[in-house]
Amino acid sequence: MSGAATGETAGVEWRLAAPLGITYLAFFAAPLLILLVMSFSVDDNLGGFSLAAWAKFWGDPFYRGVVWDTLRLGLVTVAMTSLFAYPIALLFIASGPGLQRLLLFIVLLPLLTSVVIRTFAWIAILSREGVLNQALLALGLTSAPLNLLQTELGLVIALMQIEMPLMLLPLITVMRQIDPSLSDASRALGGSKWRTFRKVILPLSLPGWIAGATLVFASATTAFISQTVIGGARLVYLPTLIWQQAMVVYNWPFAAVASVSLLVAVLAGVSLFAMLGRFARTTA
Amino acid sequence: MTRQLNTPTDRGYSLVMGTLAVIGLCILIVPVIIVLLSSFTSSTVLKFPPPGFSLRWYEALLDPARSRHVHVALSNSLWVALSATLLAAILATLAALALNRVSRPSARAMEAGFLSPLILPGLAFGLATLMYFSILGFRPSLNLLIAGHIVVIAPFIFRTTLASLTQLDPALHESSASLGAGRLYTFRRITLPIIAPGIAAGSFLAFVASMDNVPVSLFLSNARTNMLPIRMWGMMETTLDVRVAAMSGALIVVVLVLMIVMDRLTNLTRRMSM
Repeated sequence: MSGAATGETAGVEWRLAAPLGITYLAFFAAPLLILLVMSFSVDDNLGGFSLAAWAKFWGDPFYRGVVWDTLRLGLVTVAMTSLFAYPIALLFIASGPGLQRLLLFIVLLPLLTSVVIRTFAWIAILSREGVLNQALLALGLTSAPLNLLQTELGLVIALMQIEMPLMLLPLITVMRQIDPSLSDASRALGGSKWRTFRKVILPLSLPGWIAGATLVFASATTAFISQTVIGGARLVYLPTLIWQQAMVVYNWPFAAVASVSLLVAVLAGVSLFAMLGRFARTTA
Repeated sequence: MTRQLNTPTDRGYSLVMGTLAVIGLCILIVPVIIVLLSSFTSSTVLKFPPPGFSLRWYEALLDPARSRHVHVALSNSLWVALSATLLAAILATLAALALNRVSRPSARAMEAGFLSPLILPGLAFGLATLMYFSILGFRPSLNLLIAGHIVVIAPFIFRTTLASLTQLDPALHESSASLGAGRLYTFRRITLPIIAPGIAAGSFLAFVASMDNVPVSLFLSNARTNMLPIRMWGMMETTLDVRVAAMSGALIVVVLVLMIVMDRLTNLTRRMSM
């Protein structure tokens, strides 16, 4: 064996990858396999094979509605975060180094602040006596306090703040690499700013948007704390359903079916974003 | 550079994009500021702006008689986060070294596998670990929480370490080897110093992610092994306990200080947007 293996010809050094690989097999792959087996079993001791839980979950319009609501929540959150993330990213690349540092700080601080804290903050803002209602009442925009907690609108607003950094970081990374002379050329050739945005910035930043949208979608669909605290009892999404079935009702096969369905739904959504990216690249 | 005259549509563009950016930035930062200010309220209810300022909720939070459960949850969370981060840092760094500069499909597949916990719904994984450990007959313990957290946080360290390894010039390795240095010596004197900031930045993110983890802790913790986010969620669900605001205020300040320190040490902010 020669000691000095050069980078290109060397294969994977399995001995170095093994510790993490074995950890993942034991504590990641094996649990997920058990989850799948549990969804096909009669009771929580894996007593025997049964399709009852699957039939009950997918046969009931209520549960199908929960799956749909969860996916829709993810998609709406992606759309809303994109609406604000693009302007912030544009501001970022147009700024000097000092302002860029400040902007990154504003983006990173919420990301590193606990999800529970961020949800707590939104209760203080969205509740009937909250900051937003006080402001709306003071400005005379509404005569009675709006009820924003336990509504999908309130939940999306809160999730938008919680997930926006996940969209912004990859978007800024990609938009930084776009050659500014491309935008200048588009403008010099008479393209309006809107047209330049649509024809130059949007297509070139697409890989960053896809990376961000994937993370936002995956995170928003499983945001248990925000969904239960802000959504309350009125809005039920898959994570809440999974938790109730597993920890309150103790119907483990059913909770497993809901979990596998959540996994498949999120993976389907994520692949959809990846396909969208490929499609856009080939037709652009 | 050619400057165009600003047409009305161009002014509209700047106005729309500028307004949306300002609203977006407000949405990001205002909640953090509101929580911070509310935590100093003198009132027994969470109200903004606070009618008066006091440190009473911080005192309540520190008082062992009134907040013993919070203290236990905090120390559990710290222990799990420190252990899981340390172990994940070792495992993820080794894995990143193994996959560095290998472009075979098997290596790409492993890389995707190691990163997959970032995208897979954490709640499904949390429930899976509960079922797995219960079928194996393990009783709930902090060690199980550490195992679950390692899986969730290792990708953060793996990603930043892999990124910092790409900056490493392979020629450095070769010259070190041709000068007769052993592999371990080369790693210690050449590789490690170069990738250390990457490992540190990833470990910081991993530590924060572990402290903040809900999906795994929700299923694997119980009354005895309570974790901080779960405890805070409980305090928020029953009554709007203003101690949560004090806890939030304290954590925000800690994160802010750690962020500034980590930024100095590892250039964290730049690393996060590269």
